[in-house]
Amino acid sequence: MDKILVGLKRVVDYNVRVRVRSDGSGVETDGVKMSINPFDEIALEEALRIRDRGDASEVIVVSIGSSDAQQQLRTGLAMGADRAILVESAESVDPLTVARVFMSLIERETADLVLLGKQAIDGDNSQTGQMLAALWGRPQATFASKLDIEGSTATVTREIDSGLEIVEVDLPAVVTVDLRMNEPRYVKLPDIMKAKKKPLDMLALNELNVEQAAAIREVRFEPPSEREKGVIVDDVASLVTALKDKGLL
Amino acid sequence: MSKVLIVAEHADGKANPSTAKCVACAAGIPEAEIHVVVLSDNSEAVANEIATLSSVSKVIRVDRPDNENQLAAVLAPQVAAMAEGYTHIFGPSTTFGRDLMPRIAALLGVNQVSDIMEVLGSHSFKRPVYAGNAIATVEAPTGLVVVATVRAASYRAVSSDAGAPVESVDTAADIPDHSRFIELQAGSSDRPDLQTAATVVSGGRALGSAENFDLIYKLADALGAGVGASRAAVDAGYVPNELQVGQTGKIIAPELYIAIGISGAIQHLTGIKDAGTIVAINKDGEAPIFEVADIGLVGDLFAIVPELQEAVS
Ligand SMILES: Cc1cc2nc3c(=O)[nH]c(=O)nc-3n(C[C@H](O)[C@H](O)[C@H](O)COP(=O)(O)OP(=O)(O)OC[C@H]3O[C@@H](n4cnc5c(N)ncnc54)[C@H](O)[C@@H]3O)c2cc1C
Ligand SMILES: Nc1ncnc2c1ncn2[C@@H]1O[C@H](COP(=O)(O)O)[C@@H](O)[C@H]1O
Repeated sequence: MDKILVGLKRVVDYNVRVRVRSDGSGVETDGVKMSINPFDEIALEEALRIRDRGDASEVIVVSIGSSDAQQQLRTGLAMGADRAILVESAESVDPLTVARVFMSLIERETADLVLLGKQAIDGDNSQTGQMLAALWGRPQATFASKLDIEGSTATVTREIDSGLEIVEVDLPAVVTVDLRMNEPRYVKLPDIMKAKKKPLDMLALNELNVEQAAAIREVRFEPPSEREKGVIVDDVASLVTALKDKGLL
Repeated sequence: MSKVLIVAEHADGKANPSTAKCVACAAGIPEAEIHVVVLSDNSEAVANEIATLSSVSKVIRVDRPDNENQLAAVLAPQVAAMAEGYTHIFGPSTTFGRDLMPRIAALLGVNQVSDIMEVLGSHSFKRPVYAGNAIATVEAPTGLVVVATVRAASYRAVSSDAGAPVESVDTAADIPDHSRFIELQAGSSDRPDLQTAATVVSGGRALGSAENFDLIYKLADALGAGVGASRAAVDAGYVPNELQVGQTGKIIAPELYIAIGISGAIQHLTGIKDAGTIVAINKDGEAPIFEVADIGLVGDLFAIVPELQEAVS
């Protein structure tokens, strides 16, 4: 296999307790730690392992977003990606347009495999990979926890509601990864130094011949409704009584 | 007027309960006419079952051998081919719907509204973002078809006391052969299904081993409950992946949820926000699970759970 493209989205770190701004215009991002979307880190780890086994020649990390996403791409390069592409856009970009950007990069780079996260933990959309596969007219293997590549086919284990589904897809294909696929490596200091010299191409979204899709507009944000304060009981007997009082036993 | 097409989820000749919940969501769209499409290798039983759902005005059967394994790449072009005339195309936000619906959306050239939890108008919806830490009000572009997934836990199934006509159609779609189903490894269990059970008992990392997880199964059996788990318990191999509750597992809304030895990470809590009553059993009185629990009991699960099982048996 030739090249693998990996999507790296810059998102609010998963440890941050996200708060809605008081004016409802969005969530608080000032001074908040930003990271690579956790699923994307796993996608990258998998791509690196495939390359290091000799099953791919090059791993290219791609982010679509603000110029700050260079940080996440540099981290991806430090993990071991060969090069990075940032498609810059000041505004956030909707999933279908992101999929179109990937499509145009696939055409430029002739990639054989695109590894994405199963969802970005900001919008929780879980749609970009499936859309890309549709635009490309190629297979999709979503929510993957295991990926084996042999020649021009991939055997993928998918985590679905009823258990584990195993599918076989012809390459090129899009695979979206779930958390149990692997344990991403830690970045070491010398790797960070080396990553500074690796190529990071910056493109403007409007330089690519990509038509912007009509976004689903987010007009207002509110905090989730809070549950009423509960009670602490002392022992099993009181727990059973409390459940009986609620008609639950 | 709106015309909604719902893609049914089904297995083994039965409709998945999420289908009737999608109908409930679609029924919230003003003046909606609701059709349900069943794509299958043999859809007769499922179609007849769905025809009884109230608010459904037509069930459409699309039978072909390729549909046996419900692969998104196979189903999406068939749904896209019949999209004309519909203002909305809905599916459940189960793994089936999350896999399929975005592929349909892209074929139709639109973005998807993921996880509708409330309908505000024909093009206006509420949906959770940031693992449910924020609720966004979103507007889909008017003049374009709205493709969406429905967060099943936010809806109650419509009743099944009606009788809609059932019609068979052929779709003229090119079916790819680049994707092949190999097998499904499903744990078989006689316990109530996690996604629909009235009571769910879940265990976390604190159980410590697959053998100890038996405590959870026994309590669940005494209560006639479904069984769930935290991601840590699944990662550690105590239970299979399909038991995971949370942001990346199942979103559930049982009447009673009992969390045992689970700390209550935000990604876990996302999965149980709509539960009726939450009970937490944890030895750490400061664990975040107690912030959402209606009834908390602080103590060692290895002492409490057998006692509780005894008390409810
Ligand atoms: C992107 C992302 C997605 C995720 N999605 C999910 C998801 O869908 N679902 C999910 O669950 N997690 C998810 N997680 C993981 C989540 O962040 C937590 O790591 C996980 O939920 C912790 O599981 P736990 O509560 O079982 O373990 P811990 O956090 O280790 O908690 C164990 C608890 O057991 C208690 N305990 C220990 N011994 C005893 C005893 N003898 N008796 C009583 N109590 C005891 C401890 O006090 C502690 O509170 C996700 C994480 C990420 C980054
Ligand atoms: N702006 C982006 N830049 C890079 N990758 C992205 C971007 N948006 C989405 N992706 C990829 O698509 C996956 C699914 O995102 P989503 O459909 O938004 O949940 C993510 O895990 C990323 O791998």
